[in-house]
Formats: sequence, structure tokens, C-alpha cells
Amino acid sequence: MKMVDPDVMVRRDDDRQSQRAASQGVKMSARDVKVFYGDNEAIKGIDLDIMENEVIAFIGPSGCGKSTFLRTLNRMNDTIENCRIEGKVTLDGEDIYDPSLDVVLLRAKVGMVFQKPNPFPKSIYDNIAYGPRLHGLAKRKYDLDEIVESSLRKAGLWEEVKDRLDRPGTGLSGGQQQRLCIARAIAVSPEVILMDEPCSALDPIATAKIEELIDELTESYTIAIVTHSMQQAARVSHRTAYFHLGELVEVNDTETVFTNPEHELTEAYITGRFG
Amino acid sequence: MDNMTLIVLLLILMGVAYQLGLTRSRAIARNTTGRMNSRPGYYGWLVALWCGLPALLVFILWTLLEPSVIRSVVLNQLPPEMADLTAQQADSLMRRLNDIASGYGVAGDPAAYEVAAAETLSRLRSIGELAKIAVMASLALAGLFLARGRIHADMRARNHVEKVINVGLLLCSGVAILTTVGIVFSMFGEAMRFFSFVPPTDFFFGTNWNPRFSSTGGNAYGDFGLLPLLWGTLMVSIIALLVAVPLGLMTAIFMAEYAPGWLRSFAKPVIEVLAGIPTIVYGVFALMVVGPFFSDLGALVGIQVRSTSALTAGFVMGVMIIPFVSSLSDDIITQVPQSLRDGSLGLGATKSETIRQVVLPAALPGIVGAFLLAASRAIGETMIVVLAAGNSPILHANPFEAVSTVTVTIVNQLTGDTDFASPQSLVAFALGLTLFVITLGLNVVALYIVRKYREQYD
Repeated sequence: MKMVDPDVMVRRDDDRQSQRAASQGVKMSARDVKVFYGDNEAIKGIDLDIMENEVIAFIGPSGCGKSTFLRTLNRMNDTIENCRIEGKVTLDGEDIYDPSLDVVLLRAKVGMVFQKPNPFPKSIYDNIAYGPRLHGLAKRKYDLDEIVESSLRKAGLWEEVKDRLDRPGTGLSGGQQQRLCIARAIAVSPEVILMDEPCSALDPIATAKIEELIDELTESYTIAIVTHSMQQAARVSHRTAYFHLGELVEVNDTETVFTNPEHELTEAYITGRFG
Repeated sequence: MDNMTLIVLLLILMGVAYQLGLTRSRAIARNTTGRMNSRPGYYGWLVALWCGLPALLVFILWTLLEPSVIRSVVLNQLPPEMADLTAQQADSLMRRLNDIASGYGVAGDPAAYEVAAAETLSRLRSIGELAKIAVMASLALAGLFLARGRIHADMRARNHVEKVINVGLLLCSGVAILTTVGIVFSMFGEAMRFFSFVPPTDFFFGTNWNPRFSSTGGNAYGDFGLLPLLWGTLMVSIIALLVAVPLGLMTAIFMAEYAPGWLRSFAKPVIEVLAGIPTIVYGVFALMVVGPFFSDLGALVGIQVRSTSALTAGFVMGVMIIPFVSSLSDDIITQVPQSLRDGSLGLGATKSETIRQVVLPAALPGIVGAFLLAASRAIGETMIVVLAAGNSPILHANPFEAVSTVTVTIVNQLTGDTDFASPQSLVAFALGLTLFVITLGLNVVALYIVRKYREQYD
């Protein structure tokens, strides 16, 4: 009765177990997090730990608050008027909503990739160099070139664009643009990368490339990904969190969530009874 | 029967036709089992249009052509010794005949051939009038009954009416375009007449502006050098842009990015009011308040500033065009997708870094378009410079001195007691044409840039 093919899911399960065994430290943690838009409570008290070097997927029906929760992790909700946040979110034990914390530095540590590819209307080179320049990560032109090249290599885009770094980033295809955005996020050496439905605007081939990339990135980064595709969650994540109407219903190993969910709402969602 | 009455009668007839079509189509609808193609109102409209439009067309053509036809008939009837009249003589003869025919009379006794021709004229007129009414009435009635008779269930009345509406809309937009073309052509013609007095090279490259008034006599026309005026226009416009661009752009950035909703909804209309103030009010303000203020300010720091100067006019004009810059730029900045801002903020950029490095570059083409539109507005502005620029058409580079602009000179050349055939007046058309070409060029470039920008994000 399960929708997801177990073969796909457990493809690289052995690697994952060993990786996660190596580093089980808590990277970010949320305690009783509530988000209000005006009077409307979009998120109703969520407790969740995100482990170091894991990929955690947030799934759930539209409007369940998974994107909103993701955005609380690097305070992107600050830009929305009327948005109020309660509770505590920590990064390496430090409260990120502490007034003395510089939100700019937080976002350099917790990068974000958005639903729609959003390259700046600048050259490919300048797109990648944007963050390092802001944060003064490169002292010389040579260092900056290094960062741009290594970021593009990590994002698997270097071979495709190395001859046209001075061309506008908006001229790339959708999938390339999204990898450019990932490279741009990597370039500031974040510790955590948040991805908000990064493949929803892409075709299956581009999606496969991004998923492959996510797999490679887990070696050095912690990744939280919101996705509408359960297959994608099953393919890329170590753990999966199921959100429903602003509440965290269940969080567990991805395999457990998809083969033996604890909660009936989770089961209803992954078997396609609603969503 | 005068033309007004004719048109009113035709409209009444169209109303009747509408009713006839309506009742007829209803009657048919009752007798057919299937559905009518269109609702009854459309059949009514179709009959009314068939009744009114052909008659109206005849009316327009007739009114346009009748005078020249009658004129040629009358002139052909003149005795053979009068056969080779020049056009001017014919015109004055026709005026005389008109006066005789209308019973108004002329000075002195009319000649026998004139009386005869005047009789022909009035006879032809009454015949023409009757014929016109007859043709229109028969066309209207024929159209009415033909269309009414053709009504049946399958007739596509809606589609026909739709087509007529399309043509009507096309004609309306045609009027605006034709008017523009007409203005350009008439200016072009008059400007050519001016260039028959003064060679174009003297006009476009001359550095002296001193058009003696024709009353001073002689064949010397004076100097018609465009450059001092063009330079004055440029200087005032540049000063205006130096005021308006930074203020307007900063206002736009504040409004689009920083201002809370309540402030924005209050301040934006208030700023736009600036554009609605009549320019003469700005001119008075410049002359009475700003000019003396700058003059005093200059005295304070030891610079001699005339109270009517390029600076005064440019400054006030700059204030006037702030809303053009701010309002357009604001719209364009708001159109930059939020995803770009999020992307930049997500990389740890601050708000002002995001605006400087991402939002403004993305909005730049549109903002440049806004600047150019404001500039073309400044170049064409008249009232402020008439009052506050000092009207001194001398080539110099000192913004604290009086200047004159193209628009001011047009006003000067056409006001007062002028002879419209003299180069002193005709130069206004050449100036106007030059101005038109400049602002047209700016507008085209601005619209091109704005449109190119829009394609990017819609």
C-alpha cells in the first residue's frame, strides 16, 4: 500500500548511516517556535533538532507552515511586515533571535536557496562573487577567482560556464540558474543551507542534477530542504519531518517515515489521500 | 434646413430603426423554434446602423465637396472675357457673388454678369440642399427596410455590430495619430517658409540671436542663430535634472523600500500633487520668492547672482519634475521581484547593500527611462522660464546670469503685433519643430528603454 518504491529510498542508505554516525552533534535546534502573521498563527509551537551534516526534508500539504518554519531558521521572515516570532532557535547553541546577534552574520552562516531561481542581473562571475565581496572573504582578485571557481565546481556548473563567466546569469537555463544560486550560497562558506522547494520550477533532468548535488554537499554542509515531492524527500534526505496545519506531526528517519509512519496523518499524506 | 437639424432628424430616424429592428426580431423569435443567433438588441442596432451610417457618409462627403463643385460650375458660366482669372481673383469674385446672393449686397453696383452668376449660385445651392436631403432620406429609409427585411434567425447580428464597433474604435485612434501627423506637417511647411528667408546653416549653427522686428524696416532680417537658445534650454534643463534626479531617486527609494504602508499611501499622492500645480504658479513662485532668495544667498557668499537666472528657473523646474522622476522610479523599483531582494538578503547583505547592488542595477533601465521622460518635460517647459530665466539670448556658461530658451523665444516671437508672413514670426515654427524633434527623440529612447526593461520581468 505504500506509494514509494523502497528500492529508490534505500539506495544509499548504508553510506548515510555511516556518515551520520560520524557526526551526531545538534547543529540547529528549535524550541516551541511560533510564527504569527498578524493575528493568524501560522506555526503552532515546533520543537525540532537539525543534526550536523544531515539532510532533513520538510514535507506536508500546501499551507502547512514548512516554508515558514524554514525561513525562521535564518530569519528571512524578518523582511515580512506583520510577522512575529516566538520561541527559541539556536545555531551551535547560540540564540539566533538574540537582539545582540547580527542578522547579517547569521545569514552568512545559514544560506538559502529559493523556490524560483533568482540570479541577480549581473554576470555569472559577479553573481558568485557577490557574497564574498560583501563579507570581505577575498583579499585579492586571485582569491576571489579561487572562490568563484571552487563554488562553481562544487555546484557542478564549472564545466558548463567556465568560458562565459562574464555573461549574464539570467541567460542560463532554469536548472543552471538554480545551480548558480546554490553556488552563490556556497561561496560565502555557510554551515547550513536552507532550500525552499529548489526543484519545483525545474524539469526532471535538472532536478536529478540538483538532487545529486545535494547528496555531494552533505559532506560539508547541513541541509534543510522543503519539498512537495515525496519521492524527492525519499531520495535525498536522511530524516523527514512531516508538517500539518502549522504543527510538526512526525519526524523520523526517512525510511521509517515512508515505510512505517507513526502517525496516521503522515500515512494519509504519503499514500496520497490528501496533499 | 440647416445641417444640425438634418443630423438630429437622422438620429431620431436611427432610434426608430432600432425599435423596428427590435420588434421585428422579437416577432421572428416567437415564430422560430430554434434559438436566434443574437439577442434582439443586436438586430435593433444593426438596423439602426444600416439606416444611419450610409446617410451619414453621404452627408459628410456632400458637405465637403459641394462648395468646390458649385464654385467650378459658377465660374464656368462666367462670360468668356472673364475666363482666365487667377486663383486670388476668383476667390474675391466668389466672395462678392456670395454677398450678392445672400442679399447682403456689395459696395457699388454689381455688374450684370455678377448678378447672373449670383442667381446661378443661389439656385444651385437650393437644388443642392434639396438633393442632399432627398439622397440622405432615401438612403436612410432604404437601409432601414433592407436591413429589417433581412433579419432572420441565423443572421449573425452580433458579429456584424462587433465589426462596426471595431472600425469605430480604429477611427477614434486614427484621429489622435492624424492630428500629430498634421501638426508636424503644418509646422514643417511653415518652417520651410522660414528657411526660404534664412538659410538653415545660419539658423542651426548661428551663435547670435537678434531678430529685428519687421517694423524697423529694411531687408535686413537680423540674426537667427539657434545655438544661444538651445544652450539656454540645455543649461536650464540640466540644472533642473541636477535638482530632480537625486531628490526624486532618493524619494523613490525611500517610498519603495523603507516607508511603512501608511506613510507611503499618504506621501505618494502628496508628492504627485507637485506635478499638478499649474506651471504659471511655479513661475510666479520662482520670480517672487526663489529668485530673490538666490540673489541674497549669492550676495552672502560674494557671488553675483541675478534674481532671474538659469539657476532660478532650473531649480524651480527641478522641483516641478521631482514627481515625474520619483513616481516612475518608485513604480519600477517596486516591480523588481522580491525574490532578488530575498536572494541578496539571504546571502547576508544588508538592506542598503541590497538596494545599491541588486535592486538599483535591476531597475536601472527603467529609471533611466524615467529620467529621460523628465528631461523631455523640462525641455518643453515654458511658463517657468518665461518668468524666471530672464530672457537674455546670449551665449554664456554662467548659470547665475539670465538666459533665454527655445520655448521662451517662441512665445516672444508670436506675442504682440506681428506679421505672420515675416521671418520674425515664422522662426517660431522652425524653433517649434526643433524642439519637437528633440523631445520626440528623448521620448522614443525613453519608451524603448522602459519597454525593454519590462520584457525582462513580466
